[in-house]
Amino acid sequence: MELLSGADMIARFLKDEGVEYVYGYPGGAALHIYDALFRQDDVKHILVRHEQAATHMADGYARASGKPGVVLVTSGPGATNAVTGIATAYMDSIPMVVLCGQVASHLIGEDAFQETDIVGVTRPVVKHSFSIRHASEIPTVLKKAFYLASSGRPGPVVVDIPKDMTAPTERYEYVYPKKVKLRSYNPVTRGHTGQTKKAVELLLKAKRPVIFAGGGVVFGKASEALTDLARRLNVPVTTSLMGLGAYPQGDRQSLGWLGMHGSYEANMAMHHADLILGVGVRFDDRVTNNVSKFCPTAKIIHIDIDPSSISKTVRADVPIVGAANHVLNDMLGLISEREQENRDDLDEWWTSIEQWRGERDGKLYEPAGPGETLKPQQVVEAVHKATDGDAYVVTDVGQHQMFAGQYYKFNQPNRWVSSSGLGTMGFGLPAAMGIKLNYPDDDVVLFTGEGSFQMMMQELSTCKQFGIGVKIVNLNNQSLGMVRQWQDLNYKSRHAQSYMESLPDFEALLGAYGFRAITVRTPEELDAALEETFKHPHELVFLDVQVDPREHVYPMHVPLGSMRDMLLSKTERT
Amino acid sequence: MRHIISILLENEPGALSRAVGLFSQRNFNIETLNVAPTDDPTLSRLTVTTTGDERIIEQITKQLNKLIDVVKLVDLTEGAHIERELMLVKVKAYGAQRDEVKRTVDIFRAQIVDVTPGIYTVQITGDASKLDAFLSAVAPVGILEVARTGVSGIARGEKVLSV
Repeated sequence: MELLSGADMIARFLKDEGVEYVYGYPGGAALHIYDALFRQDDVKHILVRHEQAATHMADGYARASGKPGVVLVTSGPGATNAVTGIATAYMDSIPMVVLCGQVASHLIGEDAFQETDIVGVTRPVVKHSFSIRHASEIPTVLKKAFYLASSGRPGPVVVDIPKDMTAPTERYEYVYPKKVKLRSYNPVTRGHTGQTKKAVELLLKAKRPVIFAGGGVVFGKASEALTDLARRLNVPVTTSLMGLGAYPQGDRQSLGWLGMHGSYEANMAMHHADLILGVGVRFDDRVTNNVSKFCPTAKIIHIDIDPSSISKTVRADVPIVGAANHVLNDMLGLISEREQENRDDLDEWWTSIEQWRGERDGKLYEPAGPGETLKPQQVVEAVHKATDGDAYVVTDVGQHQMFAGQYYKFNQPNRWVSSSGLGTMGFGLPAAMGIKLNYPDDDVVLFTGEGSFQMMMQELSTCKQFGIGVKIVNLNNQSLGMVRQWQDLNYKSRHAQSYMESLPDFEALLGAYGFRAITVRTPEELDAALEETFKHPHELVFLDVQVDPREHVYPMHVPLGSMRDMLLSKTERT
Repeated sequence: MRHIISILLENEPGALSRAVGLFSQRNFNIETLNVAPTDDPTLSRLTVTTTGDERIIEQITKQLNKLIDVVKLVDLTEGAHIERELMLVKVKAYGAQRDEVKRTVDIFRAQIVDVTPGIYTVQITGDASKLDAFLSAVAPVGILEVARTGVSGIARGEKVLSV
């Protein structure tokens, strides 16, 4: 039997759990743990420049891999700096384990130096949290943390570790716990058979069905089953922002994503549907618009692993609590048992959908011609082309995020990485770094704006230290575009604080870190710059793309309306 | 509608604040709250009375159930149940009023548990409406202090809330 200190147990546990990278920042209360990491070679530590970036790096990795990202920070300000990243992961159900140093047990509650009740501070934004009370319980508590973070509906778990728990002088038996049990936590996997049957009956009878897939399909590894089901039944598929890539967007049956800035045909189809099959979604306010006018003629089947997501905002007619892949596979099984259904009865529905598609095709923006100022939308389309639609696409938050979601077409899950629920500006750069570090040979493209980028640009220093070659596309409109858009629409164009004066010279800024930035103004310059950017897969390149600052994101839901009530341009609405 | 929700909670530090915090985080309402250990030292029992329509009560029970520290939960108002609250009240009791208070105590089947020349301390148990009625009955005499435990409850018959 091996005797290890608390700190060594943490390092060993991470290795035994298969953790390759820990993202973090040292400080007094975490120093025993840092010393333990120093004395081993299995787990690598990535030093960020601000703790928030550590959480976003872990988050980006988790979104791309499906595995929990691991963060290590010190007590007090180290832990409070991580809160935004924890909340970001919580809102999007991303698995993450955050290890926080804490002042020694005997000092807790005495307002000691760098003391914060981080369990209290993070309580509303974690799936669960633990405080270590005795060093010997470290392996079990960590195992529980990883289990909770990654099972059921995933989420962040905080582990608070008082400094004396990691003291090098106190040693305890270490055994890696292969399994843990929590009597109060048994996430459901299989759906209710009767309900599943009912859902299949409704699907087969529906004349205007729509499948609405979300993050639960992406992270529940249910994309294949969903695609199979949709194709067998010839049902159109739309996704939430979190669900981008759950169904191949190149496919005829894909309607794109729905909601406030979703596609015209997706929103129209939802509004006119007679049946919605929601899978791994939560019908949030950016999707539904006015709930009382939501899908007035549709019955709702709602599959989700979290019972509290069901009937939270929109009443489900057929609720099914279960893991998306299990329930969808059960549905596929039930469909196979039946005679091959004739799905010609959906012809009429498809005619309507094709008509909606045709109405808006190619009408959403006017691309800039040679020598003209670029439109942000066409930049995304050009990047899509340059990367064969196969890159990991990370975004910050704002107009560029919506444009990236609208114009980059995803054909596989886990490729779209964006802070959807919390809408955290500054998320993009570190999240992209977390992915590039773990998938060094893949293209990782960050779409950002000059507003978001400046919230986390100190992380260029981390990129320099660890040679992280993300490709950064800065859609520079010299203003906080989404704020400006709302001010144009709702505040008579009074641009209160949405104009970014004194932007840095990005070429000089990137140059200071030893990186290349290319300023791009026209379509010709863009093509040349993109070619240059993707020629060197491991080099960080920053494209400062000067785009038209007047551009708005459309379609856009009309406030308090139904899903079909949309602004289609500055002058048109449905 | 008013609901009484009883929860078996892990007897862990922080568990109570998670359960109670949920109510303010999600804009749910707490009318009374009562929490104490059970015969099983690893569990405490928390009883909360709350109000809301069907959708809100469904969310409250689902969100509570989602907490890792919540082991079991029952909405007692879904079936026949017994509901009790204990209250200690200090009432002014001078001269002629002294007898009047004593009579009211007897009518309500309450008990006087402490006496001074000017004050009766009364203990009374019952459902919330009985306690409210007692308070209105003695209010004209003069209530000096009220301590209520909040509602505790248990299902009637064979139904048992245990692990």
